[in-house]
Amino acid sequence: MKTEIIISGFGGQGVLSMGKILAYSGLMEDKEVTWMPAYGPEQRGGTANVTVIVSDSRISSPILSHYDVAIVLNQPSLDKFEPKIKPGGILIYDGYGIMNPPQRKDITVYRIDAMDKAAEMKNSKVFNMIVLGGLLKVCPVVSTDGLNKALFKSLPERHHNLIPLNMKAVEEGMKIIEKVER
Amino acid sequence: MKGNEAIAHACIRCGADGFFGYPITPQSEIIETLALLKPWETSGMVVLQAESEVAAINMVYGGAGAGKRVITTSSSPGVALMQEGISYMAGAEIPGVIVNVQRGGPGLGTIQPSQSDYFQATRGGGNGDYNVIVLAPASVQEMADFVDLAFTLAFKYRNPAMILSDGVIGQMMEKVVLPPVKPRRTEEEIAKECPWATIGRPKSRPVNIMTSLELKPEVMEARNIALQEKYQKIRDTEVRYEMEQMEDADYVIVAFGSAARIAEKSIENAREQGIKVGLFRPITLWPFPEKELHELAKTKKGILVAEINAGQMVQDVRLAVNGQAPVEHFGRLGGIVPEPEEIVEALKKLIK
Repeated sequence: MKTEIIISGFGGQGVLSMGKILAYSGLMEDKEVTWMPAYGPEQRGGTANVTVIVSDSRISSPILSHYDVAIVLNQPSLDKFEPKIKPGGILIYDGYGIMNPPQRKDITVYRIDAMDKAAEMKNSKVFNMIVLGGLLKVCPVVSTDGLNKALFKSLPERHHNLIPLNMKAVEEGMKIIEKVER
Repeated sequence: MKGNEAIAHACIRCGADGFFGYPITPQSEIIETLALLKPWETSGMVVLQAESEVAAINMVYGGAGAGKRVITTSSSPGVALMQEGISYMAGAEIPGVIVNVQRGGPGLGTIQPSQSDYFQATRGGGNGDYNVIVLAPASVQEMADFVDLAFTLAFKYRNPAMILSDGVIGQMMEKVVLPPVKPRRTEEEIAKECPWATIGRPKSRPVNIMTSLELKPEVMEARNIALQEKYQKIRDTEVRYEMEQMEDADYVIVAFGSAARIAEKSIENAREQGIKVGLFRPITLWPFPEKELHELAKTKKGILVAEINAGQMVQDVRLAVNGQAPVEHFGRLGGIVPEPEEIVEALKKLIK
C-alpha cells in the first residue's frame, strides 16, 4: 500500500508542517515516508506545497507526476493540481476563496471548510490540523493514534500542552469534511 | 529528518574534528543543525562560520594538513569559490571532505535543485591535472552514511573527497538510521595514522612539508606522475555503483543522486507499460564505473542518461559505452526537476 499526497496552499497556512506531521505519523507506524517541500520563493509568500508519500515498501521518487490525493487550499493550487490527480483519486479543498470549484468527474471530491471552522474555534493556527483530520477521515493513511504520537515526538516539550487542542481540531475536521455530489 | 540534517549528525557521529562553512541555500540546515547540537560541548568538535567560502576551504586545508578530520559544506556558487583551495589540497595531498548540495547555475543561478556541477566535481574543478573522489548520495540514509565513507577514502588516499548532493536530497525528509558514534582520534592516533601531518616534528624524522608549489619542472613532473598513479589505484579499487531490475532489461537508464530516485519511479511506470528497463546508478562519479557500464551496454538495446543538467554525465557514459549501444540524454535545467513521466517519454523516444 502506497499513498502519494500533495498538499498545497498559501505560505503561512501550515502546509509544510501539516505534511511533516503526516510524515512523522507514518514513521510512528513503521511505514516508509518521504517529505519533499517546495523550498523556493514559495516559502516567502506565494503558494507553498509539499509532497508526502506514505508506503509499506521502499519509496522511489520523492517527486511525482501524478498523485493519489491532492489537498488544495487556494485557487492557484486547485488549478495546478486538479489535473495531476490519478483517475479514481481524491481531491480535498477548502471552499474559502474558491471561485472555480473542481470540475473532474473521474475523481472523488471532498470539501472541508476548515478556514471557517478555525475562525469558529477562534484559533487560526489549528486550520491545518482541521484539514489533516478531514484527510484521515476520507483516506486513513495513518491512524489518529499514530498522529497523536507524532505530535508528542515532533513538537518541543513546551508545546505539548497544545496537543489536546490540535487533536480536537483533527476531530472537528473529521466531522465537517463532506463529499461533493455532482 | 532532512538530508542536510543527516549530514550534520553524521559529522559529529563519525568523529569529525571540525566543520568550517558559510551558509547558503539549499544547505544552510547543515550549519544550523550543528549550531543546535553544539558538538563542541560533547565531542569537542569545532563548528565555525567562516567569513567566506574561500576562508572555509583554507581552514579545511589547514585542519586536514594537521591530520584532522575536517569538512566544509556549501552549494554550487560557494563551491565554485572553493575550487582554488581544493586544487591546492589535491596538489599537497591533503585529505578534506567537501559537500556540495547543488543548486541551478550559472552564476548565482537559482536556489532550486540541479546537478549541473557534475563536470566541476568530476574533472577536478580547479587548475591542474587532478581528481577529487566524488560520492553521489540518492537518499537521506546515504547522506548520513557517506560522510564517514568520504573521510575514510580521503585519508586512505590523502586526497580531497566530495559528496555531490543537490537541493532535493538536502531538503527532503526520510527515515534514516544514523551511523554509530565513533570517538574523535587522539593526537597520538593521528601521529601514528598520519605520519605526513604537520603536527610538530619529533627528533626522529625530517621536517614534513606540505605544499603544492615546486619550481623545478622535473620534480613537478615526477610528483604529477605519482599523483596519476594514485588516481589509477583509486580507479582500480574504489568504483561503486548499483543496479536495479537489470536482469531482464532491454534498456537502461543511467542516473545518479536525486535523478536516480526519480528514474526509479519512471522505471516502475515504464514496466507497467511493458517496457523492460533497468537502472544503473553510479555511486562514485569519480572514479566512474566505466568498465561495468561497458560490459552492461553489450547486452542492451539502448541507454538513456537522465540528469538534472544539460548533458554532463552523458559524456562519461558515451566514453564508457564506446558505441556498444545508442546513448541519449534527457535533462531539465535551471532548477526545474524532471517528473518521472518526462523520463518515460524520453525513454519511449529512444526506443523509437
